[in-house]
Amino acid sequence: MMSALLEVKSVSKRFRGLVAVDNVSVAVEEGAIFAVIGPNGAGKTTLFNMIAGEFMPSAGTISFKGGRIDGLAADQVCRRGIGRTFQIVKPFLGLTVEENVTVGALLRQRGVAEARNRAHEVLRRLDLYDKRFQRASGLTLPDRKRLEVARALATDPQLLLLDEVMAGLRPTETDRMVAILRELNRDRGMTILLIEHVMRAVMALASRILVLHHGAAIAEGAPTEVTRDRAVIDSYLGAEAI
Amino acid sequence: MMGRLTDGLPRRALVLLALLLALAVVAPFCVGDYWLTVLILILYFAYTGQAWNIMMGFAGQLSLGHALFVGLGAYTTATLFAYYGIPPWIGLIAAVAVTVACGAIIGFLAFRFRVAGVYFAILTIAFAEFARTGFDNWSFANGAAGLFLPVAQYTHNDLWQLRGHPAMFYYVLLAATVLVFVASRLILKSRLGFYCLAIREDEQAARASGVNTFRYKMYAVMISAGMTSFAGMFYAFFYNNLFPEQVFNISRSIEIILAPLVGGVGTLGGPIFGAFVLEGLAEGLHNLLDTFGIDIPGIKQVVFGAVLLLVVIALPEGLWPWIARRLGLAERR
Amino acid sequence: MPIDIYLNVAVGGILAGLVYGLMALGLSVIFGVVRVVNFAHGEMMAIAMYASLLAFSLFKIDPLLMILPCAVLLFGLGYCLQGVLINRFITRPEHSQFLLMVAIAIIITNIQLIAFGPDARSVQTPYAYDSYQFGRLIVDADKLYGAIAALVVAAMLFAFFRFTRLGTAIRACADNYTGAQVVGLDVKRLYALTFGLGCACVGAAGAILMLSADVTPQFGPVATLQAFIIVITGGMGSMVGALLGGVLIGLTAAMAGLLFTPSIKAMFVYGILVLVLLFRPQGIIGKKTS
Repeated sequence: MMSALLEVKSVSKRFRGLVAVDNVSVAVEEGAIFAVIGPNGAGKTTLFNMIAGEFMPSAGTISFKGGRIDGLAADQVCRRGIGRTFQIVKPFLGLTVEENVTVGALLRQRGVAEARNRAHEVLRRLDLYDKRFQRASGLTLPDRKRLEVARALATDPQLLLLDEVMAGLRPTETDRMVAILRELNRDRGMTILLIEHVMRAVMALASRILVLHHGAAIAEGAPTEVTRDRAVIDSYLGAEAI
Repeated sequence: MMGRLTDGLPRRALVLLALLLALAVVAPFCVGDYWLTVLILILYFAYTGQAWNIMMGFAGQLSLGHALFVGLGAYTTATLFAYYGIPPWIGLIAAVAVTVACGAIIGFLAFRFRVAGVYFAILTIAFAEFARTGFDNWSFANGAAGLFLPVAQYTHNDLWQLRGHPAMFYYVLLAATVLVFVASRLILKSRLGFYCLAIREDEQAARASGVNTFRYKMYAVMISAGMTSFAGMFYAFFYNNLFPEQVFNISRSIEIILAPLVGGVGTLGGPIFGAFVLEGLAEGLHNLLDTFGIDIPGIKQVVFGAVLLLVVIALPEGLWPWIARRLGLAERR
Repeated sequence: MPIDIYLNVAVGGILAGLVYGLMALGLSVIFGVVRVVNFAHGEMMAIAMYASLLAFSLFKIDPLLMILPCAVLLFGLGYCLQGVLINRFITRPEHSQFLLMVAIAIIITNIQLIAFGPDARSVQTPYAYDSYQFGRLIVDADKLYGAIAALVVAAMLFAFFRFTRLGTAIRACADNYTGAQVVGLDVKRLYALTFGLGCACVGAAGAILMLSADVTPQFGPVATLQAFIIVITGGMGSMVGALLGGVLIGLTAAMAGLLFTPSIKAMFVYGILVLVLLFRPQGIIGKKTS
């Protein structure tokens, strides 16, 4: 059996007595769009941070493309092929849009000129090419979110970790982002793991959903199963959520 | 490379630069010794300011102990010359090695142990002070009594041994300053530059984008330190005497940061513009007071402090970006 | 060397350390609440010292009597500084605030240079050369009075923060800026008050220090550095830490001066600073801030 692209096995994280993530296991297949949902404080971002290398799990292992990545630093994880965005966007404010993405592109490209070209490709895909000379500090929130995705994309990842990338977007912008992500997944085979609260986006994108509550996994499966799960409805969705 | 150097600069800026360079080259023939010394001071602060700028403006690490690198460069080249007759340019190689190593140690300790921001600044102060008190007590370097270089006559210019007329020193410093700015611009446009700027803006995001932040911060610190050692060599051979109390003093470190702060941290035009403004103000003030026959030691520093205060409050990005925009000299973004 | 000398030097170091501890206390309070790193701290102490000097040379007022006036003077200065200037910098990056204080430090130091000249000035009280004997221990009168005064001022400050409403309000601001605002506290005014109090400490310390030390314009920057070393060693934001740090540094410097040459003692102190910054930046007592 071919192993999944990302394998999280029995991962836990304790912060001095507070259990943020409790024995969570998940396997993300290549080419899938996998969503992690759950109420605030459920441990979703903590899980992401462990995968991305921000800190180590207290227990359990994380493997990517067959190799262990738990314990690696964030830049090493990126080099292995995982790109991530942050829940509260962190653009390089003093740099232009183009420069922001060039920083990401420099990871795989030989020199600045090549990196800049790659950045242009990515910017075109994310619909930011026209704004490439604008300072990041002057961008609106939706643009900043797309910039964040662009920068992560420029590092040529096989797995994209998106942390609440729809938050704060109006429905039209959400749809735009959904379209971009779908395209990435379909045309480039990009595997996507996303944390989301906006159920409209989750249902439109995800092939599989993991539900976290109080740090533990309470449901996992196809969207239709999960959204009908009693425990999920009680803890998070509410009967009329969708 | 010429293309990379000038890429993005508006025509006006290039013309202005060429003009300034031409003026700078002919200056010693037009101005007297006094003004030559003023120009040397301006260039000295432009040079050290830009070297410091690489750590702060590019990588975001605030150093308040740069006098350490000046002092190390000065003492290394001076002792090698005074005791072993080694010419300063050869001594410079040793000086660069020493300062780069020192920078590497400070950087390693700081970044390994996550000493950042203001604490990092204090760490740099501590190292500089440590060196100051250390050299004060080090008999090899003649301690607090000071190290003196054999003073030569101005009859002929010896470039190799750096003995001669102030004009010779002026050209050496001018060449070095031009070089340091060219180097900085090349760095800015390179991978190193991009990564350092990213680190300055948001270190965590830089790491998430694949940047090995530890390595690049180290590079920035080491390059900055190495560049500064030349200033030390210049200081030693121009003034011909070194006292630890003066060379390593925290006032020197603060002087170094004034020009880039006032001019504009992180910009290339900032340090040199700042140096001109500050020294220009100082000279203007000096002359003004002279006409009234008043001499107030310390007034220059008060003015500097006031200018710094104004800049920090009102124009935190510095004077140069503001002026460059008004005059259409800013880089096309 | 006979044990007496060690003892006397050690005690002398501790007593002097208490006064420096008081100065550092002000810095710690300011940082703990307002989160500003006051790089002009030592320069402010120099202001108080010069004020005491003037009072003594013009009106023969004993520095100990100047403790209150200096504290009030510096309180006013600090309050205005925070209110008018620094409060605008709360949202600015850390570097900006720091450099603001650097600029102010430069201005103060050089105004002092212009006004008083570079030479060291001191105050000779009638009891300057007195000393007390406790068994084999000989203690200088001025150091003893100074230490006692420092402890009294420190105790008053502790009491203020612990037992008064205003003090509690200030501690609330320190713990949670937004929360304090939500509850209706006028945070900016409380910040100004705290900065004022921190400077008042420094004012008192300056007056006290005038008893036993000389003042030069260069003393400001040296004292600032000293205050940082003490506060970082003892713990930024911790009042007890500041006093403890002061005593520790005072003791170390005194003993190093005795056991090695006096000029080495500075190296020792900076060495300690480096070690603390690397291995225990939160200091002996402090809590790790994010």
